[in-house]
Amino acid sequence: MTEELLKLQNIYKNFGNVKVLKDVNIKINKGEVVALIGDNGAGKSTLIKVITGVHSPNSGKVFFKEKEVQIKSVAQSRKMGIEAVYQERALCDQQELFRNIFAGREITNSFGFLNIKKQRKEAEKILRDYIGFTSKAITVDSPVMGLSGGEKQGVAFGRSLYFNSDLIVLDEPTMGLSIQETEKVLNFVKGLKNENKSAIFIDHNIIHVYGAADRFIILDRGEVVGEFNKEDISREELVQKMIQLHESGKIKVED
Amino acid sequence: MSSLLNSYFVKTHKLEISITIIAIVLFLIYFLGAPHVFTRFPIYRAFMQSMPFFGIIAISATFVVTLGEIDLSFPSIVGITSLIFGIIMTSTDGNFFIAFILATSLGMFAGLVNGLLVTKIGIPSIVATIGTLFFWRGLVNVISQGSGIAIVDVADGTWHHMIFVEKLFGKIPMQFIWFIVLTGLMQWVYRYHKFGNHIHFVGDNKASAQMMGINVDNVKIIAFVQLGFFSALAGIFTMYEMLYFWPTQGEGLMLTTLAAVFVGGTSVFGGKGTIFGTFIGVLIIGSLESGIVALGLSGFYVKFINGLMITVAVTVYALIQRRKN
Repeated sequence: MTEELLKLQNIYKNFGNVKVLKDVNIKINKGEVVALIGDNGAGKSTLIKVITGVHSPNSGKVFFKEKEVQIKSVAQSRKMGIEAVYQERALCDQQELFRNIFAGREITNSFGFLNIKKQRKEAEKILRDYIGFTSKAITVDSPVMGLSGGEKQGVAFGRSLYFNSDLIVLDEPTMGLSIQETEKVLNFVKGLKNENKSAIFIDHNIIHVYGAADRFIILDRGEVVGEFNKEDISREELVQKMIQLHESGKIKVED
Repeated sequence: MSSLLNSYFVKTHKLEISITIIAIVLFLIYFLGAPHVFTRFPIYRAFMQSMPFFGIIAISATFVVTLGEIDLSFPSIVGITSLIFGIIMTSTDGNFFIAFILATSLGMFAGLVNGLLVTKIGIPSIVATIGTLFFWRGLVNVISQGSGIAIVDVADGTWHHMIFVEKLFGKIPMQFIWFIVLTGLMQWVYRYHKFGNHIHFVGDNKASAQMMGINVDNVKIIAFVQLGFFSALAGIFTMYEMLYFWPTQGEGLMLTTLAAVFVGGTSVFGGKGTIFGTFIGVLIIGSLESGIVALGLSGFYVKFINGLMITVAVTVYALIQRRKN
């Protein structure tokens, strides 16, 4: 029994005269990891920014938990339960970890003053329980700049789990990471399913994508040109399709 | 000793500690070089009297600098708000409340204009605030026609004069008490309020802050607005001290104020700063002129040593920063 979490219907998005998204229809179910693949300029980033409230679509409908919604801001999409994990831009380098984890949704009293004690305590919990940081060198008071790429990614993941998001949006989560760290991140993505959380996942590396995702949606020049379940397509076939698309601009649909 | 040097507090407060040591050394030099001046109270009273005028603005400007922005227009905001304060005080026979509210509102409006130019129009703050620097000063000249306004008849001897600039216990200038209180309050906001937190994030990395759901434009606008408010407040303090408005009021403030912020250790690149550092920066910059003269050097050295202090300080901070990265 699949339950629908997010549905985009006939989404169009233009930047000036440039039509970046053209009649995009996608659906994500609960507990499902969907990979969005396509060349640079296919519209992947724009599509996820529509989902996270950074951009508003020019037309089209968005349904979340089977209710029509209009996502106008990042704050709103977070409140609904959509959390973005952006690669390098996820955190602010010079600020302490505990401040980063709560940036934009600080724990405050009614005058807006921070409850530092609680933020630090909760941040410690996130580091320990969700991310599994045991190193003494990294504390909640460390500035983010001392962390490795994978650790930063881990903090961003931990943050999304802590805030109990239903849909986690991952923008190139393995870019620039070492092999070991990539492994960690991919395990993290797989772990999301156990918690019945959904993820939408952009990555250039089809090998990573293939391992972690349940379903693949191929975008090309603003349109969805193909959609495959993992059980219907092997990794080699998927790679073949992408090469084909790259060379001819079309995907052969076989019956 | 080594455990003390490696302690968490020391590690996280390198800037504050460096600047405090510099200030202590400087005052030791004053003390040893001119004991006849620096062992007596009047010099300190003079400091306490004069420092708050630019100190209040420096504390407030630390927020804007932490954003990675700059505001060069505050000297003229001091000018225009002081003018309005003077006009209203004299025309209402000393109605403090109306004059105070209108002058500070105008200051906030001027800050709002700066904020909108920077965020909504997209002009770099250094350029936008050069424009408003000339604009507000120009307006002062047009309205005042070059003449000053005496408020001595409506302000001297009033309760507001007393709470703004008279001496507590006949010794401590009230403006210094206000300066200390405001510094404490602003330090608290800077480190422990949501707004201060957002200032750090926006100054650190605008794009990340945006994606974390922080409203970058609003944070910037509020920062400029509060600087407008505190510029007006500093102008009002000056008016009570001098009991007079003059059309160039505020003009000398620009360099001392920004110097105090930078000497204090707030990063020009944004994202990191310290209100305490700015406070010490005010003590350093505000004491240089009298200190140098008391040491027996001629007044010609003042700018030179000022420049030396600023250059050395920002170089040291840049090096500390680089080592961290």
